[in-house]
Amino acid sequence: MADQSIEPILAKSAASGAPAIAAPVVVAVAKSRRPRRLGHLLEQEHILAGALLAPTLVILTLFIAYPFVLGIWLAVSDKVVGRPGNFVGLQNFWVNLHDTIFLRAFQNTFVYTFIATILKLALGMGAALLLNHHFRFKRIVRAGMLLPWIVPTVLSTLAWQWMFDATFSVFNWVLINVGLISQRILWLGDGTMAMGCLILVNVWRGMPFFAITLLAGLQTVNPDLHEAAEIDGANAWQRFWRVTLPLIKPIMLVVVLFSMIATFGDFQLIYVLTRGGPYSSTHVFGTYAYEIAMRAAKLGQGASISLFLFPFLLMVIVFQLWYIRRSD
Amino acid sequence: MTGAVAVGGLPEMVAAQKAPSFPKGTKLSILEWVSFVPASDVEFKRLAAEFGKVAGVDVTVDLINMNDLNPRIASAIETKSGPDIIMMISNWPHLYADGLADVDDVAEEIASRDGAYYEHNKKVSVVGNRWKAVPLCSVPSTWAYREDWFKEVGATKFPETWDEWRKVGIALKKKNQPMGQAFGHSLGDPNNWAYSVTWGFGGAETDQSGKVIINSKETLEAVKFTVAAWKDCLDEGGLAWDDSSNNRAYLAGTISATINGASIYFVAKRQFPDIAKVTGHAHMPKGPGGRFYNIGGQGRAVMKYSKNQQVAKEFLRWFMDRPQYDKWMAANDGYTVGPTPYWEKHSLWEKDPKLIPFREASKFGRWPGYPGPPSRKASEALVKYILVDMYAQAIKGMKPEDAVKWAESELKKAYA
Repeated sequence: MADQSIEPILAKSAASGAPAIAAPVVVAVAKSRRPRRLGHLLEQEHILAGALLAPTLVILTLFIAYPFVLGIWLAVSDKVVGRPGNFVGLQNFWVNLHDTIFLRAFQNTFVYTFIATILKLALGMGAALLLNHHFRFKRIVRAGMLLPWIVPTVLSTLAWQWMFDATFSVFNWVLINVGLISQRILWLGDGTMAMGCLILVNVWRGMPFFAITLLAGLQTVNPDLHEAAEIDGANAWQRFWRVTLPLIKPIMLVVVLFSMIATFGDFQLIYVLTRGGPYSSTHVFGTYAYEIAMRAAKLGQGASISLFLFPFLLMVIVFQLWYIRRSD
Repeated sequence: MTGAVAVGGLPEMVAAQKAPSFPKGTKLSILEWVSFVPASDVEFKRLAAEFGKVAGVDVTVDLINMNDLNPRIASAIETKSGPDIIMMISNWPHLYADGLADVDDVAEEIASRDGAYYEHNKKVSVVGNRWKAVPLCSVPSTWAYREDWFKEVGATKFPETWDEWRKVGIALKKKNQPMGQAFGHSLGDPNNWAYSVTWGFGGAETDQSGKVIINSKETLEAVKFTVAAWKDCLDEGGLAWDDSSNNRAYLAGTISATINGASIYFVAKRQFPDIAKVTGHAHMPKGPGGRFYNIGGQGRAVMKYSKNQQVAKEFLRWFMDRPQYDKWMAANDGYTVGPTPYWEKHSLWEKDPKLIPFREASKFGRWPGYPGPPSRKASEALVKYILVDMYAQAIKGMKPEDAVKWAESELKKAYA
């Protein structure tokens, strides 16, 4: 549009034989019109929407879509560090399915995720219900509760490593001194026991997130509803089951799903505590993929191990989105 | 010997302390591990700075945790950017060969001056027929043991054979002074037992051609021996141990012997002098197959993407020359062993006779995958802890025959 308004001025200037004066006028007019043109463009909804979405799209493409597509490409290639990869179809997945260590990691990932999530939910709910009452130092307790979640995982896991140490375990020291056991327990020396320890540390670390989020949900529950239920003769359990739980179910579901996604992909905690040992009994997808991709330099094979997570995470995400939409 | 030797092979530029032959502004970036001997890092940084001054090069040294080296190397090679020189541990030159420049001239020049490299140092550094790293050193692990406790059970010296070792071990464990060995997932100690004992009994993962031969009478004997030793000689916490657990247990006086680098002894000298006094070091016992150490060795590689390959090679040449290497080795105080037998003559070995077994260990050193090549496939077997887990599963109750069969099946996949 600006061009149309410039053209007549140029034509007039040329006709009057005064181009020397006309040029600055044209520039000035063009400049003054530009903001108006931009403003007009942005007034159109589809252009404004595109402009506002563009930075997000660029970030998503660069940091989410590209690595994801690259991950898929690696998983179907024989890529090793330093060499270009060739397409090998599903061969890497086939190899994984015949790898006993991978199959153990597969099983462990699910056991670890489901048991840890259930425990975090149960304990987090209990803690949230307790914290929802009025008591002295309530704020300090609430803040302190978040500490395990705030402390860097590696740091807190190192502390746990000491507590589980085969020779210097503080747990063993206490249990022996109070006479509950006579022989030390090898916390990380047995596959099942080590997996139990990993779940314990994960629960310790993740439970505050549940507690605080559920607490926020509990605080939105109208106390009148509880009073009404109480008048109707509902006991404490019935009030929780029939009133509280249905009301905080949406937030509970969201926190469970977020936690499941994070726990499925856990790496640091397990790598620091056991590195998948003893006898590869505590590997999960993340730790095994790291060993194969980084330490054996088989990027393709490692990516295919990681990618086994994808269908399960996708199911979780689809369910989450479906549920949130339904709630809306 | 420190400061006593300064002979041929030193680059002319540095020997003559001439003006730098590199263009102004030339940079050199080096990535290494954080050594377990802090004085080693201090001396290395000092030497790197000295080279920078003499050669007129801006040298930067980046030291990171050993476990973080793999991801850094992978990302450097894939993005074709990063340090000019990177430390290689064990058979990494085989793992990253395509991203490493050839350093034949430097490696061969050192060998022609100091004598042939130890076999394991050479094997892990040569890929095909090309040197992909300049051997730097080895960090052997020998047995650290309590001489006083061994004497109390009648052993005036450390046992020479695995059979004798077991007899002494039984006597020690009866006195609640077991020996200690890690069987968890940790790169150093568990593999030191798994590979050395397998070889010592005459077993091996593969033959020279790389064919899997683990399922043998010899390996089975090694597994049976380990299971028996676990019960009557070793501390039964070992399944949960990593590389540092045995250090702590030894220094706390809960175990009588363990396989380790010299770090236990160094810490004892500083913090537990009474334990240091009664600590001796001894060679890995002999088995029917001989005496072996699992020593990968360490080297330094010049990266193929580096635009400063010439200056990087000059640095390696200069560092490995006797005056510089002599000082660095002295700073390591016996923790590292030179890559050629020439360095067995270093004066530090006379300073403390307790360290003599470390000096000699490289003669018996072998690499992952021995007697086959230390290939990528050997790395896969290593990171999957196949040999370690073969022993660990047998210790936990799996029949030794089944444990060996499991290892065979996993190794066949890794070596496929």
